[in-house]
Amino acid sequence: MQLHQLTAHEMHDLLINKELSSEELNNHIFDRIEAVEDKIKAYLTLTKEGALERARSVDGQIQSGERIGPLAGIPVAVKDNICTKGIRTTAGSKILSNFIPPYNATVVEKLAAAGATIVGKTNLDEFAMGSSTENSAFIATKNPWDTGCVPGGSSGGSAAAVCAGEAALALGSDTGGSIRQPASFCGVVGMKPTYGAVSRYGLIAFASSLDQIGPFARDVTDCALLLGVISGHDPRDSTSAGYKVPDYTTFLNNNVRGLKIGVPEEFMAQGISPEVRAAVERAMSLYESLGAAVEYTTLPHTEYALPTYYIIAPAEASSNLARYDGVRYGFRAAEVADVVDMFMKSRSQGFGPEVKRRIMLGTYALSAGYYDAYYLKALKVRTLIKQDFDRAFEKYDLLLSPTSPTPAFRFGDKVDDPFQMYLSDICTISVNLAGIPGISLPCGFVGQMPVGLQLMGKYFDEGTLLRAAYTFEQNTDYHKEFPKI
Amino acid sequence: MTQYETVIGLEVHAELKTRSKIFCDSTTEFGGDPNTHVCPVCLGLPGVLPVVNKTVVEYAIRAALALNCRVASFSKFDRKNYYYPDMPKNYQISQYDLPIAEHGYLNIEVKGEVRKIGITRLHMEEDTGKLVHQGNITTTPFSLVDYNRAGVPLIEIVSDPDMRSPEEAYEYLNKLKAIILYTGVSDCKMEEGSLRCDANISVRPAGSQEFGTKTEIKNMNSFKALQKALTYEAERQIKVLKEGGRIIQETRTWDDEQGITLPMRSKEYAHDYRYLPDPDLVSMVIDREWVEEIKRSLPELPDDRKERYVREYGLPVYDAMVLTNTRELADYFEDCVAVYPNAKTVSNWVMGDLSRLLNASVVGIINCPIKPEQLGALLQLIEKGTISGKIAKTVFEEMFATGKAAETIVKEKGLVQISDEGAITAIVEEVIAKNQKSVDDYRAGKERALSFLVGQVMKASKGKANPELVNRLFKERL
Repeated sequence: MQLHQLTAHEMHDLLINKELSSEELNNHIFDRIEAVEDKIKAYLTLTKEGALERARSVDGQIQSGERIGPLAGIPVAVKDNICTKGIRTTAGSKILSNFIPPYNATVVEKLAAAGATIVGKTNLDEFAMGSSTENSAFIATKNPWDTGCVPGGSSGGSAAAVCAGEAALALGSDTGGSIRQPASFCGVVGMKPTYGAVSRYGLIAFASSLDQIGPFARDVTDCALLLGVISGHDPRDSTSAGYKVPDYTTFLNNNVRGLKIGVPEEFMAQGISPEVRAAVERAMSLYESLGAAVEYTTLPHTEYALPTYYIIAPAEASSNLARYDGVRYGFRAAEVADVVDMFMKSRSQGFGPEVKRRIMLGTYALSAGYYDAYYLKALKVRTLIKQDFDRAFEKYDLLLSPTSPTPAFRFGDKVDDPFQMYLSDICTISVNLAGIPGISLPCGFVGQMPVGLQLMGKYFDEGTLLRAAYTFEQNTDYHKEFPKI
Repeated sequence: MTQYETVIGLEVHAELKTRSKIFCDSTTEFGGDPNTHVCPVCLGLPGVLPVVNKTVVEYAIRAALALNCRVASFSKFDRKNYYYPDMPKNYQISQYDLPIAEHGYLNIEVKGEVRKIGITRLHMEEDTGKLVHQGNITTTPFSLVDYNRAGVPLIEIVSDPDMRSPEEAYEYLNKLKAIILYTGVSDCKMEEGSLRCDANISVRPAGSQEFGTKTEIKNMNSFKALQKALTYEAERQIKVLKEGGRIIQETRTWDDEQGITLPMRSKEYAHDYRYLPDPDLVSMVIDREWVEEIKRSLPELPDDRKERYVREYGLPVYDAMVLTNTRELADYFEDCVAVYPNAKTVSNWVMGDLSRLLNASVVGIINCPIKPEQLGALLQLIEKGTISGKIAKTVFEEMFATGKAAETIVKEKGLVQISDEGAITAIVEEVIAKNQKSVDDYRAGKERALSFLVGQVMKASKGKANPELVNRLFKERL
């Protein structure tokens, strides 16, 4: 086992036992990045100096006998749609290619307060719109298990970085599956917390009512640790919930006895690859053998989730992305005739095709005469989808499904067919529409490519998700596999 | 010949004078170097989120209650989407279908008749920044943007189309301003833009129930401009109709220099705002008890105060109306009456000499150099006969200029009225001796001659002789 393959809690043990300094650890990670980044391309920006500076400060604390938190001195990667003060933050877009935020996102402040070192900013689909990270304006991140395959998206850079040992942990954002699907494709753990559990302040908005920041980790324990650090009420985010953040590690029990697990049959139906289905069925059997009650159930409005999502998300996006106009910051087209021309040329040249497609979809859905038929209708269907989950959770403690219908696909396979690309989020988007938490963890391989298992929980019941995920992990070895790069 | 009736509705924006902006903690202070009263939130930088300033909601409710509105129990913010460089996000956070308050009214008085003007709605929104141009706007190669004003809280108050003349519109705006000033939630300074007014105006044949096609008039920067613009626009529309034309629904701008309204390029203003509920803000459940608490904290409003002045002080309605037009003037009046209880005399001084001096200088009533108690003391001196009414005017001006008490000025300048009969008799007899012709005239029946003689005594006594005594002494001798 190599240093970069350790989990964060293992690294933490080395640090507090003074077997390793944080500076050595971080240097090792940057060496690792140097060794593999040419092949993986997980990062848009590296922040070695800042990381080492903080590492030395944590080392000082350890030397002087101070108790340090579980993430102190641990290298963390941050998705490049999360604002970092003084560090370029692009959202994967040409239109923000030169944007240096004058402020930190709340989660970045929380990472700093926890002493985590920030390794760099990871690649993503432009404005988090995509499922393969192919929509980045800058680079194509490769799947570390097979560099001919996509890492998933939109948080493909974060997933690949954790998978390839280029960071111990990472932050991503999940609007329709953008943490869970790449976690599944890269064989790591990824969680979308309950909407409102983690502050969105400083997250460059895609669809405000769906976006949520969450952790990537190499095991469930690390996931719980990072979740604990970033969660909690933020007075700067009106949609952040006022609740007491529990110590998530207390949920890490190898015990699912008596747990009631429902498997929505709609998530196991069309488009799912037989190998993925088989892996999920093995997971169902494992849970049963460990004392959980597992049975099929139904979420009858599932077929409307995708169309509902593709009204609401683009509608919000069309408004959220209106501010990128070349006036105040970001890319401005050269040679413009007047202000309207400046708006049009800056946006035409600054945005990529998928972003433009969604802005147009959303603008149309909100237009006079169409609002009721599209946006308002979508909001109503969203309520029905939520009610499906409410009913299911009257009976079950959690729901189980594949994270994505297939393992990672190859570059170019879906990029020209947006609808096929959208379908890869079919199992994840309902969770965003409902606002509940979801986690993806490795549950098998198809060939050499990982398969992800999704668990979905009740509002603010991340604890039960972590407990079930931890139990699965304790009884399987999938998370111990590493790609050969 | 068809008679036409004018129909007017006003949309008024008032800036709320909270200390911080509506969705962040940047200052709302007017002025400041460009782009210094800003933060990531009001600049709409990527990733920022708005958080509602509770005081803004409180102030909006305060204004709404003063305008007899029904305050909503459930309200939300919406995004109004359109592109303009003075808007940091290219959408304005406003309220669309669930405003904070609806269904209010206020009363205006025009030509002695009271008219009730309905208020459709009152909602909260954020202000925009300002475009600044160096040199001539038509030739300068670029625009500059100052975002200091972006995010300053506004309330928009939309009236029903209840006004029937520019005078009524003027009175409505005046009354609206008076009421808002009483509530203390806005400065309502049209010159500084903290009160702005757009108008919807149409005309229709008298007696018709249907509305004519309306135009929207913008850029009226003063009360006078409002009245002039509406007068012009009503006449323009009537002329078009009389000539057999049709009114085009459009937005027009008031050109104050030319005294006309001009069409704005309609293409730019044909907006589809694509409203959507702002997903960054949660909807608001308005606590009834809070509303009641705000209601209890409202001051006595102009109409109530006016009625009380007529009832309690026996003032003429006109006096009561003028005195209660602003809270500060009314407070001044009352503080003065507390010292000198003859309300009509106080009213005469406040509306007369005091207003004249205030208007001539730049000071407002709040910073008036003569405190209300000092004016009361001056009036007492007149009543006691210590000084004459005429001397009092001089003393008053001196008080205004120096801020000194009346008694001090009277003492310093030796202005105490001479009521000593012996001393005045001497002057009277001297004047009679020196002005035989006037004496003869008076005796011949010319009353005016007496005024001249009295005047001579006043002149000789430097105005200090008690005029009543002088008159009596003359009459006794002539």
